[in-house]
Amino acid sequence: MSNIYANSYLIVFVFLCLGVLLPIGALTIGRWLRPNVPDEAKATTYESGNIPFHDSRIQFQVRYYLFALLFVIFDVETVFLYPWAVVYDQLGLFALVEMIIFIVLLAIGLIYAWKKKVLRWM
Amino acid sequence: MEQWLESAPGWTNVAVFFGLGALLLLVVLGFVTYAILAERKVMGFMQGRIGPNQVGGRLGLLQTVADVLKLLLKEDTIPKAADRPLYVLAPIIAFTPSFMVLAALPFTDAFRFADIGVGLLYYIAVSGLTTIGVVTGGWASNNKYALLGGMRAAAQMISYEIPLVMSALGVVLLAGSMNLVDIVTAQDNVWFIFAQPLAFLIFFIAAVAELNRVPFDLPEAESELVSGFHVEYSGFRWAFFMLAEYVYLFAMAALITILFLGGWHPVAFLGWIPGSVWFALKFCAIVYVLIWFRATFPRVRADQLMEFAWKVLLPLSLVNIVLTAVIKSLFF
Repeated sequence: MSNIYANSYLIVFVFLCLGVLLPIGALTIGRWLRPNVPDEAKATTYESGNIPFHDSRIQFQVRYYLFALLFVIFDVETVFLYPWAVVYDQLGLFALVEMIIFIVLLAIGLIYAWKKKVLRWM
Repeated sequence: MEQWLESAPGWTNVAVFFGLGALLLLVVLGFVTYAILAERKVMGFMQGRIGPNQVGGRLGLLQTVADVLKLLLKEDTIPKAADRPLYVLAPIIAFTPSFMVLAALPFTDAFRFADIGVGLLYYIAVSGLTTIGVVTGGWASNNKYALLGGMRAAAQMISYEIPLVMSALGVVLLAGSMNLVDIVTAQDNVWFIFAQPLAFLIFFIAAVAELNRVPFDLPEAESELVSGFHVEYSGFRWAFFMLAEYVYLFAMAALITILFLGGWHPVAFLGWIPGSVWFALKFCAIVYVLIWFRATFPRVRADQLMEFAWKVLLPLSLVNIVLTAVIKSLFF
């Protein structure tokens, strides 16, 4: 059993190595094959043919931040729900009621965000 | 594979796994090559044209190979304003997780790699890492379109990840396990697409959004963002973003087959056909539907996209969880 566990994560590690090696290998081979004639115009930022003006790293709208916050809340909820779902057979009715209360609480949170127009994207 | 999994870990195992993993990598690259061709052919068929028919015979069988070679020979330009180390790193960050997720997927009962107890969670967690690569690419390019595309990609991916994960919960509830092999075994009698139709619908829609495919391809909307986060990328660096996308197509189609279509289980009395054929058939059906979507649907608007995830899919998936749990405790 523990062998399967160790070997499984060994496989994951091997896949990680392969996933890193392929781009590095391919890009290295590409470096030998492709032409390299740099010039000023090629190194400019593309902006539909206009001469690019000021830096593009500007402050971003707060909306992205709000969605990220909501994401964190609901992702944590799923983290709680998964173990519950796996052992649901052994837990019985009590766990069901408890989990329904938990889901309803979060649903209220969602409705609150909805009413506060956080979910509107414009 | 079974005996290698059970043997004591050591360098021989690493070598064997490396060889088999490299083999899978070749299979996946072959799939990507012909999936792109199939996509172009099917879309051509649906739009009343022929599609690629010049390179490699009448069917254009070598078209993608020629395209890849062309990309390999393209000059690589990095904009002066870009953040060079991040710019170089981004395609690798985007691609590596797409291959890592394949480690947990069982293709048949014999042909599978890692046997991870939390297989489904592993898939979802690792596939989320690609978003970092996409945002990194958008940010490092220092291009307005790229940054906007990258931010959109991040917002979309995190929004659709919630319904994706929540709908998969119904399957976990029925199977009582997150191990993908156990989930397939639990579908011996009834496929989960019939036991969990709502979850299947939600999962499929969210999966299309996670794959950034039409009708949810806003991060790389050609007509408004001139292709989004990879505007500045050229040659093989760009190819790796595309490759990641198609490897995810492979992985997601396989995952949907495993979760909802009964994996390698045969249909009714047709048990004499081997499981790998069944898996391939279901897998191809999913890929075909995804290509079909691309030829059929118009792109949704950004506001529709976000509101659909939070106001429709998320409440529906919550309802699905509660319904599944109640039905399970009442009738089973």
